[in-house]
Amino acid sequence: MPQDVTALQLVLSGDPALFAIVRLSLYVSLSAVVLAALIGIPLGAWIALTKFPGRQGVIVLLNALMGLPPVVVGLAVYLALSRSGPLGSFGLLFTPRAMIIAQTVLVMPIIAALTRQTIEDLWIEYRDELTAMNLGPLGRVTALIWDARFSLVTALLAGFGRAAAEVGAIIIVGGNIEGFTRTMTTAIALETSKGDLPLAVGLGLVLIAIVIAVNALAWTARRAGERLAG
Amino acid sequence: MRAPSSELPIVFDGVTVTAGAVTILDRIALTLAPGAPTMLIGPNGSGKSTLLRVAMGLLAPSRGRITWGGLENVPPLKRAIVFQRPAMLRRSAAANIRFALRAAGIPRAEHARRTVELLELVGLGHLADRAARRLSGGEQQRLALARALARDPAVLFLDEPTASLDPTATKAVEDIIRAVSERNIKVVMATHDLGEARRLAGDIVMLHRGRIVETAAAASFFDRPQTAEAKIFLAGELLV
Repeated sequence: MPQDVTALQLVLSGDPALFAIVRLSLYVSLSAVVLAALIGIPLGAWIALTKFPGRQGVIVLLNALMGLPPVVVGLAVYLALSRSGPLGSFGLLFTPRAMIIAQTVLVMPIIAALTRQTIEDLWIEYRDELTAMNLGPLGRVTALIWDARFSLVTALLAGFGRAAAEVGAIIIVGGNIEGFTRTMTTAIALETSKGDLPLAVGLGLVLIAIVIAVNALAWTARRAGERLAG
Repeated sequence: MRAPSSELPIVFDGVTVTAGAVTILDRIALTLAPGAPTMLIGPNGSGKSTLLRVAMGLLAPSRGRITWGGLENVPPLKRAIVFQRPAMLRRSAAANIRFALRAAGIPRAEHARRTVELLELVGLGHLADRAARRLSGGEQQRLALARALARDPAVLFLDEPTASLDPTATKAVEDIIRAVSERNIKVVMATHDLGEARRLAGDIVMLHRGRIVETAAAASFFDRPQTAEAKIFLAGELLV
């Protein structure tokens, strides 16, 4: 990586090392959001629509888990994936997959908690209509998730924001290995400590640009969808 | 024309509904039989909406029992309800109807035809692709009627469907209700609008404080009310 160039030059020149880092960051964060959504949306909807003992406690816990410290998650996933851990035999530690797992653990509560709130609010509005239509549990859940889709985009964006900005968990389970597990956030931390500020700043600019672009894209899609569906 | 429904008559036998210490319906004895629309009238809080919910099967009586065609616990396959403020699904008008058709188990091959028919019936054919939540209040009520009719109901419960509508929108909804009734669908409707009750009712059930105070054919009720409550209500005085 050249040392005597500016952050902007690095970005504009399409520096291969920088863009490899960007690609990996997006791969890890987007994969984590997808996995977290696959778990979190059904889980949130289930909690929203089901009465069971201890439900209030589960909701409080889920909301609290939105603030999980990334380093604690990183440590827990590290212990689980380390050679002596329960999942050590899979050999996932210090791989992008380990980073995806850690970020999924971080993001899932955010998506589940926001989904729970969204679906519960919508259920209050729809309960009479869907009950009168004699709709079964599966029909209710799918109808509510579909009709809450624009609000759920916000939950996914919150999850993506958390994943994209996170460094504590992935640096522990990924190891920040150059060309393999180095992401934008871990590289920024490393390069800053080494004094390579142009690369750190360049990566920071790209990271911010990506977060803004993803949010803008989602916002545009949401507005277009709302115009069509109300 | 529809054959008489196996869900009729709907018979209330000493139905009481309580919420905590409050009695919302008090020992209701009522038979809803096939025929012209039955209007439930009475002031706010008299129990009209609760009676409709019990009749629909959305609310179980605290005491007493209700039967549909002589049976208890009949799933609402041939009953439909339109609420005072119906919730519009976040989809187009046509998609709202298709959703109701799917929920009613209507074969998918019939959805397109039935959707067009129902939208035309309620005068919303030109708004099929409009987001349901962007329709006016009157249009939403008509869409809710179409959605209820998607179930091909034998009994249609209407909970003050014109309460917040202007005269033009009210007339459009009332025209649909007449058309529905002419299809041999039993209409049971709550209203506190006496003019509307006069225009639509075959018979009247008047409620006050959770109790039925008078039941009569519409003409008889309006010409010769029998109870003090009915006389006060018809005179336009405050019945509290």
